[in-house]
Amino acid sequence: MLRYSLKRLLSLIISLVIASLVIFAVIEVAPGDPASFMLGVNAQPDTVAALRTELGLDVPKWQRYLTWVGGMVQGEFGTSYTYRTPVTQMVADRLVVSLPLALYALTLSTLIAFPAGIYAAARRGKAGDVAVMGATQLGVAVPNFWFAMMMVLIFAINLRWFSAGGFAGWDKGFLLAMKSLTLPAISLALPQAAILARVMRSALLDILGEDFMRTARAKGLSRRQALWRHGVRNAMIPVLTILGLQFSFLLAGAIIIENVFYLPGLGRLVFQAISSRDLIVVESVVMLLVFAVITVNFVVDLAYAAVDPRLRART
Amino acid sequence: MSLLQIENLSLAIHKTPILKGVTFGIEPGEIVAVTGESGSGKSMTALAVMGLLPERMEARGAIRLDGQDLLTLSEAQMCRVRGQSVGMVFQEPMTALNPVKTIGDQVAETILVHKAMPPDQARARAREVLDRVGLPAERFPLSRYPHELSGGQRQRVVIAMAIALRPKLLIADEPTTALDVTTQAQILDLLKGLVADFGMGMLMITHDLAVVADMADRIVVMRHGEVMEQGPTRRLLAEMNHPYTRKLFAASTHKVDLPPPPPPAPLLEVREVVRDYRLPRTRLFAQPGTYRAVKGVSFTLNRGERLGLVGESGCGKSTLTRAILGLEPVQGGQILLDGEPVLTGTAPNLKVRRKMQVVFQDPFGSFNPRHRVDRLITEPFHLLDAPPTGRAREAAIGEALEAVGLRASDSRKYIHEFSGGQRQRIAIARALIIRPELILFDEAVSALDVSVRAQILDLLAELCRAYNLTYLFISHDLSVVRTVTDRVMVMQSGEIVEQGVTQEVFDNPAHPYTQKLIAAAPVLPEPEALRERLS
Repeated sequence: MLRYSLKRLLSLIISLVIASLVIFAVIEVAPGDPASFMLGVNAQPDTVAALRTELGLDVPKWQRYLTWVGGMVQGEFGTSYTYRTPVTQMVADRLVVSLPLALYALTLSTLIAFPAGIYAAARRGKAGDVAVMGATQLGVAVPNFWFAMMMVLIFAINLRWFSAGGFAGWDKGFLLAMKSLTLPAISLALPQAAILARVMRSALLDILGEDFMRTARAKGLSRRQALWRHGVRNAMIPVLTILGLQFSFLLAGAIIIENVFYLPGLGRLVFQAISSRDLIVVESVVMLLVFAVITVNFVVDLAYAAVDPRLRART
Repeated sequence: MSLLQIENLSLAIHKTPILKGVTFGIEPGEIVAVTGESGSGKSMTALAVMGLLPERMEARGAIRLDGQDLLTLSEAQMCRVRGQSVGMVFQEPMTALNPVKTIGDQVAETILVHKAMPPDQARARAREVLDRVGLPAERFPLSRYPHELSGGQRQRVVIAMAIALRPKLLIADEPTTALDVTTQAQILDLLKGLVADFGMGMLMITHDLAVVADMADRIVVMRHGEVMEQGPTRRLLAEMNHPYTRKLFAASTHKVDLPPPPPPAPLLEVREVVRDYRLPRTRLFAQPGTYRAVKGVSFTLNRGERLGLVGESGCGKSTLTRAILGLEPVQGGQILLDGEPVLTGTAPNLKVRRKMQVVFQDPFGSFNPRHRVDRLITEPFHLLDAPPTGRAREAAIGEALEAVGLRASDSRKYIHEFSGGQRQRIAIARALIIRPELILFDEAVSALDVSVRAQILDLLAELCRAYNLTYLFISHDLSVVRTVTDRVMVMQSGEIVEQGVTQEVFDNPAHPYTQKLIAAAPVLPEPEALRERLS
């Protein structure tokens, strides 16, 4: 297990280095001058030259790469050109909203999807299965912002249980902050839960046809006992894969939901940075997201090994 | 009173009868073998006793265990019977265990699910039964996972689970079909010992008469869901009152009439062939180790000859087959067909490749289900420089299908419309269509019922007479190799330990490993000898 973890860790580091090279190449080395791009077509030549010096564009590329990476390792992402504030601070401010929101949504989606998927698999072809599958079909088909708007309509405008948008801030207390994240988290979680429940169901149905499930029944386990004791853990591999992908999406892909609920999250930061051509912010946030995705994959790899002893042995 | 009494058991799915009035019984300490070909209903009979029939399948009649009719029990009551009063062992040990749980947990689960003992005692009992089935604590601690065990060892674990609570009845459904002969002999011995020790009754399902001939007390012969004949083993085999029993027996001992081989002229020459596989690295920057699957094998296959290659799983026979076909590179030695190497560099040499074809084991998995028969069997045409088209192609397809006993009109059908035996005929047609000189048969009849197998073996004899074919026949089944080959090679751990004329090797095996293999292979007794002993 230790060797397996070390190997995965090594592959994580290599992935990060490659990702940083690609991001750097795309944004800084690709044709076109970042400084004139950021300032737009009507900029004065001396303004562009000043920005070039400020951004350090007049030093060799490899040196710029090392400075950039070295800065990030120390948590120093540079200064936003548009806002003139440290990017680290801007990202940190958004992360305290986006990260809890992603985790909240992921927890909800798991709590909905696991029981729904297991229930549907256990009653394959019966009314319960058809109902769950119908609901998940709807969940996959309907976009999350529609859920968001419906929820605002029902719970904020009609029932007045929640506020329609905005973030209370963590300094106002944990519960209040969580409350303002609840509707966004539910809207994010519903489509994800629908996908996850379908994956859980089909993975379990595959497992139910396995020989060892019949062995379990021959030992005297009831259908339900066999499903829980021998089915669920074996079905976890595909489920974990989807779960990992979903977390990455939730972290960065919440931009529409952030806009609906007017939340100061990472998605909106990226959107604003792109519109204002603030390459420094874009570069940093993209790198951060890549880091998050790769780290989540690493955690998923470890979870695979925890679930399946054959992976531990193979290394 | 019998331990198990099956009375007039009938089963149907969607009005199609599966079992028709099956009646037989098992006494305590008795081994009853139910035998028959696929579709005879033997496995369904076993599943009916376990109450594990597929949904929507209704059983009528009675299955009495100690007088209690199991068909009248509720599902919850059946759960208490399963594992406690009736244990079951399945055919496929490689997949019968949960891969993510330790063997200790899985054996103890039988005990715990019936709340027969507290957890620590259950683990002690699990240890005890694993010892009993031949998996001692030093080498097989409870913390082992199934993937760390071989097929035979896994079957022992399945048996341990089935007997953990000392059931009165043990059902074994083809328990040794997936195992090598020597492992099969050990598992059969183990089962016999357990029946004797615990006084269990045993219901053994098998398609192989020879396996049960010296083991079962009584035999039940089934066909199309009906019992054809039943009786004490010796009497049944000596008298064989029912024609179907005689047919089954004749098919099991079927002898093929091979044409005499022509005078020796080498066709395939295998010289000092070595095949290494890379092992995973043990340390990050260490040289990866290698595993030598084939260790300097040399032999010559003469034109028109039928050569057998026997050995147990993992001995390297399939690796050698793939190397001969040019599907894998070799790390040493040479493989020449008609004097030319099968591989030029790493690419197969097409001119050589078109002279040989292969027929694989699985008639169900070796065809693309979305292609029609004509497309399936003309696949080898890509080896030709100018493959026939139009009328000539039609003629080639028709001829190949008729040569294997099918009709030319079958060419527009899909593969699912054919039975296992017919599919294997199509596989042979696919090999035959470009008129190869050499055909390799990789366990080509192992998945077939005995009567179908006998027909296919006859077909092979006919074809080699009609088309001057040379065969390399790879199999773990000694009785098949014995009848269909002129010469035989025995392979063990990547080496050929013995080769010679088939009859001589079987009658006087020289190498200890060959002796062991032949001794372990189950043989059907001669009916005459049985009759003499009975009278």
